Amino acid sequence: MTDRALAVVRAGALTTVQDRGRPGHAHLGVPRSGALDAPAAALVNRLVGNPPGAAVLETTLTGCALRPRCAVTVAVGGAPCPVTADGRPVSWGAPVAVPAGALLDIGAADSGVRSYVAVSGGVLVEPVLGSRSTDLLSGLGPPPLADGTVLALGRPGGPYARVDVAPQPAPPAELVLRVRPGPRADWFTPEAVRAFTSQPYRVSSASNRIGLRVDGPALERARPGELPSEGTVLGAVQVPPDGRPVVFLADHPTTGGYPVIGVVRTADLPAAAQAVPGTPVRFPTLHGH
Amino acid sequence: MNVLPVGDHALLVEVSSGEEAEAWHAELSRRRAEGTLAAREIVPAARTVLLDGLADPVGLASELTAAQVPPAPPRAGHVVEIPVRYDGPDLADVAAHWGVAAQEAARIHAGTEFRVAFCGFAPGFGYLTGLPARYDVPRRDTPRTAVPAGSVALAGPYTGVYPRSSPGGWQLIGSTDAVLWDHRRAPAALLSPGTRVRFVLRRHQGDV
Repeated sequence: MTDRALAVVRAGALTTVQDRGRPGHAHLGVPRSGALDAPAAALVNRLVGNPPGAAVLETTLTGCALRPRCAVTVAVGGAPCPVTADGRPVSWGAPVAVPAGALLDIGAADSGVRSYVAVSGGVLVEPVLGSRSTDLLSGLGPPPLADGTVLALGRPGGPYARVDVAPQPAPPAELVLRVRPGPRADWFTPEAVRAFTSQPYRVSSASNRIGLRVDGPALERARPGELPSEGTVLGAVQVPPDGRPVVFLADHPTTGGYPVIGVVRTADLPAAAQAVPGTPVRFPTLHGH
Repeated sequence: MNVLPVGDHALLVEVSSGEEAEAWHAELSRRRAEGTLAAREIVPAARTVLLDGLADPVGLASELTAAQVPPAPPRAGHVVEIPVRYDGPDLADVAAHWGVAAQEAARIHAGTEFRVAFCGFAPGFGYLTGLPARYDVPRRDTPRTAVPAGSVALAGPYTGVYPRSSPGGWQLIGSTDAVLWDHRRAPAALLSPGTRVRFVLRRHQGDV
């Protein structure tokens, strides 16, 4: 059997192809993109013997169903969910052999938001600027999966990992996003800065791959006027005129004209990718280096 | 000049003019090319240059604060010519704002040499400067939900060309068949920061 491909039987609410993204092109207006929960994507690649940059599938809340046309090794990680092959339960968070033609169902997330599905050999869509990631802001990379999409697979690489279940952090019951203030904290009143770093927020259902939106105290500006557009980074907390903070995730715009009150530590962002709407959020301040 | 920390791995160099930002962008790009600056991203914007992916932002910040930066080198390199039909739905409004006839507005725009100050908004979208400040125009009060790809548009001091159809609030003065972004082409972007640009007048199709 030489047909190394995967048919999408049920695409789910939003399933995209993701790898480590396309950093290095921000000066052309190209977002970084890439898996939101990067450690989970790296882990499932490792479990099936793929290199860390192989493309995986990122699901959103409702999972997806796939029918490989060849025998593959699959691992599912990130948001915990039931996984079945031809209706029989198989392991989550561990390598699973799936025969050609079997129906692999990645169920709705029990907790968390995004499950990651690695298939031995990786997903081989056409790369754009060195990355196969779908970028929902700029439209670069393959479109989100649809029912009936067929994805080519690469040749399997090394041996898969011999583990029973790989440890993965549980999706957060409370999201703690440690923030380094600035570069535009001075655009806000001292009360607003205090409220931001001490008051509870909640994850909004308007969150997506571009930004984690939160509901909570609106942040009042200390000055009127517009900030000329400036370059933005992953984790930047931008505050539009309505005062509701938005934490920039992988598909964030490369420049922005709203002031950034602080920047979330990169290490805290994978948890943000798994926080369901309603999850409490705190933004404690980090000081010093 | 100010150097502002941005999280744990980035710095924002803030200056007071577009020319200074251009000079800093040129200098920082030169340092990266010669290997004395390691940065994953160098992103110029209106009054700033962002450096991201830095190993030691604190050390670099003190170094940059003490640095003397020469003015941007004279504009060199070839000029990208973009053929334009000045047929945009907002051309009359822009001409009225400038106090000239529509044909004269087109002549002024096509007679200007532009430079890509920075990119953003969408892959391949450049913010082009070059028109004198008296030709600044406001954004439209109500943005359009769909601006066609290839629209040549003005807002504030900038000219831009929409690489693909998208919502937008800029004043549309013309259209071009030039392909601003093609990921199968190298380079994918027709315009990048520093590129010199001229808009070349094309008559309407069917005109004699």
